[in-house]
Amino acid sequence: MTEKSHDPNQMTGAAMIVRALIDHGVTDIFGYPGGAVLPIYDEIFQQSEVQHILVRHEQGAGHAAEGYARSTGKPGVVLVTSGPGATNMVTPLTDALMDSIPLVCITGQVPTHLIGNDAFQECDTVGITRPCTKHNWLVRDVNDLAKVLHEAFYVATSGRPGPVLVDVPKDVQFATGTYHPPRKSDVHVSYAPRVKGDATQIRKAVALLANAKRPVIYSGGGVINSGPEASKLLRELVEVTGFPITSTLMGLGAYPASGKNWLGMLGMHGTYEANMTMHDCDVMLCVGARFDDRITGRVDAFSPGSKKIHIDIDPSSINKNIRVDIPIIGDCGNILGDILQVFKAEARKPDIKQWWQQIAQWRARNSLFYKKNNDIILPQHAIQRLFELTRGKDTYITTEVGQHQMWAAQFFGFEEPHRWMTSGGLGTMGYGLPAAVGVQVAHPDSLVIDIAGDASVQMTIQEMSTAVQYELPIKIFILNNQYMGMVRQWQQLLHGNRLSHSYSEALPDFVKLAEAYGCVGIQALKPADLDGAIKEMIAVKRPVIFDCRVAALENCFPMIPSGKAHNEMLLPEQANDEATATAFAGGKALV
Amino acid sequence: MNQPASAYFIEDRHDPNETHTLSVLVQNEPGVLARVIGLFSGRGYNIESLTVSETESQKHLSRITIVTTGTPMVIEQIKHQLDRMIPVYRVVDMTLTRRSIERELAMVKVRGQGEHRVEALRLADAFRARVIDATTESFVFEITGNTDKINQFIDLMRPIGLVEVSRTGVAAIGRGPEGM
Ligand SMILES: Cc1ncc(C[n+]2csc(CCOP(=O)(O)OP(=O)(O)O)c2C)c(N)n1
Ligand SMILES: [Mg+2]
Repeated sequence: MTEKSHDPNQMTGAAMIVRALIDHGVTDIFGYPGGAVLPIYDEIFQQSEVQHILVRHEQGAGHAAEGYARSTGKPGVVLVTSGPGATNMVTPLTDALMDSIPLVCITGQVPTHLIGNDAFQECDTVGITRPCTKHNWLVRDVNDLAKVLHEAFYVATSGRPGPVLVDVPKDVQFATGTYHPPRKSDVHVSYAPRVKGDATQIRKAVALLANAKRPVIYSGGGVINSGPEASKLLRELVEVTGFPITSTLMGLGAYPASGKNWLGMLGMHGTYEANMTMHDCDVMLCVGARFDDRITGRVDAFSPGSKKIHIDIDPSSINKNIRVDIPIIGDCGNILGDILQVFKAEARKPDIKQWWQQIAQWRARNSLFYKKNNDIILPQHAIQRLFELTRGKDTYITTEVGQHQMWAAQFFGFEEPHRWMTSGGLGTMGYGLPAAVGVQVAHPDSLVIDIAGDASVQMTIQEMSTAVQYELPIKIFILNNQYMGMVRQWQQLLHGNRLSHSYSEALPDFVKLAEAYGCVGIQALKPADLDGAIKEMIAVKRPVIFDCRVAALENCFPMIPSGKAHNEMLLPEQANDEATATAFAGGKALV
Repeated sequence: MNQPASAYFIEDRHDPNETHTLSVLVQNEPGVLARVIGLFSGRGYNIESLTVSETESQKHLSRITIVTTGTPMVIEQIKHQLDRMIPVYRVVDMTLTRRSIERELAMVKVRGQGEHRVEALRLADAFRARVIDATTESFVFEITGNTDKINQFIDLMRPIGLVEVSRTGVAAIGRGPEGM
């Protein structure tokens, strides 16, 4: 034995990986083993500080880590094998990139001498994941591993958060080298995200806000990502200014849905009052949102008369889709704090009584209206009941993608940030169930509900087995309309009601499926059954699949139709056959 | 025009295109060029010319010069997208500084006899192109200059008997004592 072997920092690459996880405060990781990561699994076996959650498909590990990250503010960690393990991670990595979720994904790779030889389970992991990570690394030398792992955590969690991937060949996992704890010099000098906002810009912004006649605050996922302090400051700013506030899908919960200045979500399926306020405002304060096409509708008619202030940590978000007047680069919590300070010192609450009167008129249109029905459960009603019956409970909601997701956003009121996990940017069906697994791992005693669709839930249903194994009492609340409802809606509105392949044929019996997995199946067929069934679901301390049979042909309104502006929304009461036909007139286009 | 039915706003962008030369200082590490090129192809940006080489070997720095075209909004996006890549130190828009020099080197092979040979040599002399290879029926000229000058030279050689051209792409540097 050499003297070096007594050095506690001498260890194998595999040991370094586990050690780095511990040094970064990681307590839970999600993964799936395979040949190229066996040395790391061997290390995991011999320790107890990091709990490993074995999923049933690598995509499940990725979404679970996303749910974990979103609900805690900590990075989610994934460990998968080379080849198919890595390629199965492409969807969750892309999802996390679009929604700015910090993930650290460690992949095994074939030994360095085999790279490029089409070895068994070899793929060009860094090549494949380059466009779907914030950054990625292939580590060829065990002595670089500690540095790269520490940098990976830093890059994932700093600036605009995002997914990163570290690809570690098997021989590097076996090789012995020197580990070091995290230190500043581990990070590229070229990477220095800006957090503090420019003081001159902040002053200009406050001057604009203080003189606004028709202001609006439009907040997004960046406020959530910035941490709970940012949401607190946002609430204070709304209080101090008296401004109306709306938010993107990703930003729900930063301002409470019960708050008196809340307009509801904006965008394609946002409320009439939110979209009209955006359209007619004279000053818009955009905080941590990115003017995505689902928000703006027709860009050349987007809020035509307003001066726009845009707070974002990513300079590339500025002027990407919409030209803004006052960009402020930096962390939105930081900047909100500065704006508040200057506003309180130098400005008074502007008188916007008339603006609020106008907003009240828009609100009175009741754009989330739907006709009650005593025979069939309406999906909107189901969400409303779910919301009422879970009120005051420690609840986290995840969703899949489709109509149910939009109804959840419209009808479930979020009071706190980090309580709402949904795939916004990528729109990944199959996100919600594994995300719920991840959330429940982080919050074992909370009520975690995936509001699901009958089609989406089948994409990652296998993770029920994970939930059962780890006794994670997640609730899968399926709004079962027996259709890919959102696809069907578009086909009805845009493609002459030719329902091409959007019917959910041969659906499984979800109650029996629940039982097959060893969890609890509950079904609600009639409105009269609903409350009792939901209460039963909440009371059960085991994983549940809830088959909520809802109206098959319900459409999600309000909606901004094809290439229209915010003030050309289609409201539910106008959405008779003729009006929809006119609103969506034209040929067909790819989407 | 009647827009097809879609929930996307399908828009024609009418802003005129501009050509910009960007100098990008990067950490010279594996995959860095792939990242930059992937950004351009992935987001649908144009690359008119691209040159890359290590410029400071102790610090592992490489300099990439990219000539690109796009609307002013797209050019601004390209710069921000490049700048936010982890191994990118700096992005300088050489076109906006208006104080940059751009050069390209080309090797131009021309085949011909008699009167054509004389004409080729006469033009080469006017463009300060050097003969770096010659046979009884051909020349290879080396020419340095900005893109326009090289294009012009190649156009003039075409009727004389242009065989092929190899170009380095544009390299750019700022005037004056300061570095980028
Ligand atoms: C992985 C994936 N494939 C396809 C789509 C396109 N898509 C969007 S919504 C939807 C239908 C979802 O159906 P369901 O889960 O039943 O929800 P519903 O709209 O009926 O509430 C589809 C196919 C998608 N978003 N994600
Ligand atoms: Mg459905």
